Amino acid sequence: MTVQDTRTVESLAGLDLAPEQADAPAASRRPVRRLPVHKDWPTWALVTVQVGILVGALSLWEIGARAGWIDAFFWSQPSAIANTMGLFFATGEAWTDISFTFRSTIFGFLLGTAAGSLLGLSFWWSRNYAAIVQPYVICLESIPKLALAPLIILVFGIGLTSKVAVATALTLVVSTLTAYAGVKALDPDGEKLFYSLGATRMQVFRKLVVPFCLPWVISVLRVNIGLALTGAIVGEFIASQHGLGRAILYAGQTYDIALVWVAVLVLSTLAIVMYASVSWLESVLRKGVRQ
Amino acid sequence: MPSSAPKLYVDDVSMTFKTPTGVFEALAPVTLSIPQGRFVSLIGPSGCGKSTIFNIIAGLLEPSAGRVMIDGIDATGTIGRVGYMLQKDLLLPWRTVLDNTILGMEIQGVPLRQARERALPLLHRYGLAGFEHLYPNSLSGGMRQRAALLRTLLFDTDVILLDEPFGALDAQTKLQMQEWLMQLWSDFDKTVLFVTHDVEEAIYLSDEVHVMGTRPGRVIANIPITLPRPRVRTSALTADFIAIKERCLDLLSANAAAPSPMNQAA
Repeated sequence: MTVQDTRTVESLAGLDLAPEQADAPAASRRPVRRLPVHKDWPTWALVTVQVGILVGALSLWEIGARAGWIDAFFWSQPSAIANTMGLFFATGEAWTDISFTFRSTIFGFLLGTAAGSLLGLSFWWSRNYAAIVQPYVICLESIPKLALAPLIILVFGIGLTSKVAVATALTLVVSTLTAYAGVKALDPDGEKLFYSLGATRMQVFRKLVVPFCLPWVISVLRVNIGLALTGAIVGEFIASQHGLGRAILYAGQTYDIALVWVAVLVLSTLAIVMYASVSWLESVLRKGVRQ
Repeated sequence: MPSSAPKLYVDDVSMTFKTPTGVFEALAPVTLSIPQGRFVSLIGPSGCGKSTIFNIIAGLLEPSAGRVMIDGIDATGTIGRVGYMLQKDLLLPWRTVLDNTILGMEIQGVPLRQARERALPLLHRYGLAGFEHLYPNSLSGGMRQRAALLRTLLFDTDVILLDEPFGALDAQTKLQMQEWLMQLWSDFDKTVLFVTHDVEEAIYLSDEVHVMGTRPGRVIANIPITLPRPRVRTSALTADFIAIKERCLDLLSANAAAPSPMNQAA
């Protein structure tokens, strides 16, 4: 305590009593620091490193499997996966599976997004109706929809319809809530303006509510394509005759680990392609909506 | 219709709300009689019921008592009879300036092409040339206000309600917009009801200024402005102008100082 006090007094006194130090410009008494410089690498260098990591990891995997460090029965190995990939596409089964999963996803995505958005927008029409239905929508949101998948398969059968249904169930609620968030964000003065111009309810809905909420509806597209794919795959896991989900499950059950990897790779590619397409669609729509 | 009938007649309109503690009188009975082509301002502190009157005239609010007559016909509670410009410009961001200004016509069922043809020359004449195909977010505050006013004007009603249209603009732009509004008003022969906080603005623009008070909201004085037209900026420096301004300010501060006489006017 006392030591600290004394020091404070001393340094304060020092400031006053040491004219040679006070003469020096304040800046020169501080440590010299410069703005940190962050230099970006050229794109080719970044790509080279990225490819290098991939090739390195695959090589290690292959070498490890051949040398026996890695159990190839459980983990398979890149050369075997490449072989199986060739076979998978050569037998023609690949395209049936890809098309099946793709169709379930797209139909579920479209159906869920469209129906959900319409449901969310419909809440604008009546506050009473919105108040009555809203608790049900929130309940639906909190239910883990995937837990209902076995029931959905039972009701809709093992064909395409049940996969579309699971994908729809996952996307519908998200779209509903997002569109409703748009409706709630509507400025009441905007409606006032329309009514002062003598508008009908339908005119307010078509010319104000729908265009105002479109950005909300669009913002959920990318989330929904991922959810729809998840729904389709889970549907196939439970019971299906086709699809990449079924291929993965079948391969796992028969210990064909290379085929698991192949199906996962194909599925990932499909996911990336669909995600990129929807992102592109979103940017086009955004430009159209201009907001 | 006899030519002596006022264009807009607000007949003993009042507004009360039931609250848990009793009845709240938002607007004591107000009567306004406004002939065709007049420019009438309402000034008063916030909470004096200016916006309530506007909402009632526009049919957006049902009065507790009284009637709104337009051209001698009862128009209480009917929408689409008057042009109403709210404080915010409320331009739709997904429509171009041109398509924003034709909104009223579009809602009334005028074919789009025809509406655009009617609007374009006005946009050109009234300072929006070159902006017609831009979106509102690229416009300055003054330009947005012009677009909103033209939208109100193109709705083509005889009576126009303007709720503090220049309240959010900077002083310089506000002066320009006042000149611009005077130009429009003399070109179109509209009956204008104008709400503002700015006493000088009210006197400069109007034929008649109604001073309003609070608790309950009511009209406490009606001051005719007989200053010759066309008015210029230096009009504000004349003795007549200053006398009117002082009177208005006296009325406003007297009402503000009064110890809230409940239901005094009722």
